[in-house]
Amino acid sequence: MENKIDELVPEVKYTAKDFASDVDVKWCPGCGDYSILAQVQRTSPDFGERKENIVWVSGIGCSSRFPYYMNTFGFHSIHGRAAAIATGVKLANPKLQVWVATGDGDMLSIGGNHFIHACRKNINLKILMFNNRIYGLTKGQYSPTSEKGKITKSSPFGTVDWPFNAIKLADSAGATFIARSLDRDPKHLQEMITRASKHNGMAFIEVYQNCPIFNDGAFAALTEKETKPLNVVVLEHGKPLVFGANKDKGIKLDGLNPVVIDLNDGKHSINDCWVHDEFDDNPTRGFILARFSDLPGFPTPIGVFRQFKKATYDGDYHGQIAHVKEQKGSGTYEKLMFTSNTWEVN
Amino acid sequence: MAKTVQVVDDVTVRFAGDSGDGMQLTGSQFTDTTAIVGNDLSTLPDFPAEIRAPAGSLSGVSGFQLHFSSSDIQTPGDAPDVLVAMNPAALKVNLKDIKKNGTIIVNTNAFDAKNLRLANYDTNPLEDGSLAGYNVIQVELTKLTMAALEGINLSVKDKDKCKNFFALGIMYWMYNRPIEITLKWLETKFKKKPEVLEANQKALQAGYNYGDTTEIFTTRYDVKPAKLPKGVYRNVSGNEAVALGFITASLKSGLPLFLGSYPITPASEILQELSKYKNFGVITFQAEDEISGICSAIGASYSGSLAITSTSGPGLSLKMEAAGLAVMTELPVVIIDVQRGGPSTGLPTKTEQADLMQAMFGRHGEAPVVVLAAQSPADCFFMSIEAAKIALEHMVPVILLTDGYLAFGSEPLNIPQIDELPEIKVNFRRDPEGFHPYQRDENFVRPWAIPGTPGLEHRIGGLEKKDVFGNISYEPANHEIMINNRKNKVEKVADFISDLVVEGEQEGELLILTWGSTYGATKEAIRNAKVKGYKVSHAHLKYINPFPKNIETVLSKFKKVIIPELNLGQMAMIIKSRFLKDVIQFNKVQGQPFKVAEIENKIIEVLGGSNGK
Repeated sequence: MENKIDELVPEVKYTAKDFASDVDVKWCPGCGDYSILAQVQRTSPDFGERKENIVWVSGIGCSSRFPYYMNTFGFHSIHGRAAAIATGVKLANPKLQVWVATGDGDMLSIGGNHFIHACRKNINLKILMFNNRIYGLTKGQYSPTSEKGKITKSSPFGTVDWPFNAIKLADSAGATFIARSLDRDPKHLQEMITRASKHNGMAFIEVYQNCPIFNDGAFAALTEKETKPLNVVVLEHGKPLVFGANKDKGIKLDGLNPVVIDLNDGKHSINDCWVHDEFDDNPTRGFILARFSDLPGFPTPIGVFRQFKKATYDGDYHGQIAHVKEQKGSGTYEKLMFTSNTWEVN
Repeated sequence: MAKTVQVVDDVTVRFAGDSGDGMQLTGSQFTDTTAIVGNDLSTLPDFPAEIRAPAGSLSGVSGFQLHFSSSDIQTPGDAPDVLVAMNPAALKVNLKDIKKNGTIIVNTNAFDAKNLRLANYDTNPLEDGSLAGYNVIQVELTKLTMAALEGINLSVKDKDKCKNFFALGIMYWMYNRPIEITLKWLETKFKKKPEVLEANQKALQAGYNYGDTTEIFTTRYDVKPAKLPKGVYRNVSGNEAVALGFITASLKSGLPLFLGSYPITPASEILQELSKYKNFGVITFQAEDEISGICSAIGASYSGSLAITSTSGPGLSLKMEAAGLAVMTELPVVIIDVQRGGPSTGLPTKTEQADLMQAMFGRHGEAPVVVLAAQSPADCFFMSIEAAKIALEHMVPVILLTDGYLAFGSEPLNIPQIDELPEIKVNFRRDPEGFHPYQRDENFVRPWAIPGTPGLEHRIGGLEKKDVFGNISYEPANHEIMINNRKNKVEKVADFISDLVVEGEQEGELLILTWGSTYGATKEAIRNAKVKGYKVSHAHLKYINPFPKNIETVLSKFKKVIIPELNLGQMAMIIKSRFLKDVIQFNKVQGQPFKVAEIENKIIEVLGGSNGK
């Protein structure tokens, strides 16, 4: 049974203000979370959903304070468990649009199991993961996305951990909408959020987010005017992978190996570039794209890596209930208690 | 040869064999038939944690005990009158429990050198005289089964698997029960495997005929139907009764039932059972782990479902942080803990009552929940409804304690009509006017405002909340107010539960105070002690937090109080600290329930020569 929720149009026309709660926002000055909140509030009127049908669930961490600032239903839960709680919310009432606000520690470390299984089941949730590559609320320990060798309060000699690549993880676990954006690119972030809201299935957005206190400038190379063009490639469906200040660099596929090419070297042209297909149901290319952020000399992709249609857990579950009800008729106490192996004592 | 029929009131049989011999199946078939012919009954399966321990080994022995009677009974029986032993190991493990002069039916074909060695027998007990004093009936079960199945197109191995039904056939003959109920059950079970169906049916029939024709059986026994109260009955195990109870609560409350659960022995049957009832709208979410089990239930509760999670001790530990979230957010959720032997993995298939302290105090912070305990397999049905009612009407997490003994044991349930069961009132908040998420009614209960309700958009969470309004608050005085609100809400439940009932004299020398599954053995022990002239009363706690209001008065009426528990004295500790009342602990932690005689002896020991007068 397909979930028809996306087709519902709210009778009320909302503005961003309708989605702002009366609670004072208490993130540190300059925190990337402010921008993410602003973009969510700006795009919420476009979700096609009445605000009482929207639920924001979060775990623990700076990012998980998010639901308090949204004037929708909200549940700030416990560390790592947002996906599990959101699953219950959605499964019990599939009419709700359920969002998860979480961080790299909350979702990929303590909540890793819930995350991969929510992806695997393709539950119709939208997960917005704020990745600042640090534990902020506990004041500066390394996280599962911190780069190897990072010096933090809990790794004075540098971490020996390899980080997770969240995009790879989400795709291999089974998410059906996988995207990345930047806190400092409001327009792009708005587009990703709006598109996730329309997706039927597990939608995952990794947002690179600056923590000005404990990991300031972690993504500066991707967000600052001067360096961004060279370090970011924007994924657009049907368009070639081109980047650089003058759009003079491209990426081509040499077998399974991506190669950066110079479009002005006389040997390559735009026709050599890899054309992005976000609906590719073969995960191989998405996986190669996801590796870019780990490869020296490659730009970090933002945009939708992959999206595709797959039956959702909540849709199939309620479909099964409807089917069995049709076959057996709705349950009654009589049917429950008096139909099997009973005997009477007079 | 004419066979005599002897009428007996009460019989305990035990089937024992390898864990691959189908003893649980044989036992449950005998149980179903016995239920339908109208005896009162109580069962005790007892099996190892290993699915298939090495064949013939002592550790692989699986047993199923059934006590049936023409009068009212409460326990699966202390000592079997009859043992069916499929191999030497089964004999070795079970012999010590059999009544003196009891009957032992053995499969002599299994008493070969290899099996004897595996069972650590130096000599064959069937030949060395060590079974003198028992009525040993030697049956060539394997050989007879093979002969009966000649001509059926099945492998020797598959035919061998039918010998439990041959044994069952003998037992049906011996206790004068019809074989048709099992024949019919086999038809449904093996609909798609006609050879297997035919083989099992033939083996059953052949076993029955063998009893009838062979000269080694001289006596049949007749156990007349029990004089149970009028009504329609069905046999239920504790786990099955829990499932039925919560579906009933769903019907009574009008809320869909949501179970979030991770498989764990001995609670998995609750998940399995509930997954069958899709046409009742039941959602069973088999979660990725125990934590997700309760968290998904909390999410479903937030969404407006009757939300529950089922587990056993290790899972209860994992759920505790989330249980604290349910306390903090004041959402209704029922945690069913089917207790097993602990700590750690402990004795997964055995029973214990050692999670009481964890249920009461296992969360961080001041985090009271309602704690209930079921007393018998059939009572699991009623206590599940009660747990749901309290959770929903008081917006509070409830822990319902059962245990392995109740979960796997079974007894007849006198099925109530639906209108005889308590109403469950749920009022979702609809009106946005003056709505505050933590504004309480006279019972300290906050409104349940579910997503999808226009104008009620609000935020809840694990951080401390401002009284009434629910916004985050770190104010010192507010924290104390909220701690007390949550405590008062749980204590207020005492206004809605029944008083502690004293069976027997209302005051005197000795009271036995029980909780959970020790009810049955205690009740029978007291009955026996009274017959012998001892004065002793019984009170049973179904409500552990809060206690019934009259508990202190009841305790004050008796000079001595014995608390039998399958732990090292957890309830005793609570009673002593709460009421400064000295109690006599009577503890057993062997993974097995109390025997009636053990409690009876304790009563006699405590009362000494005084008979309690």
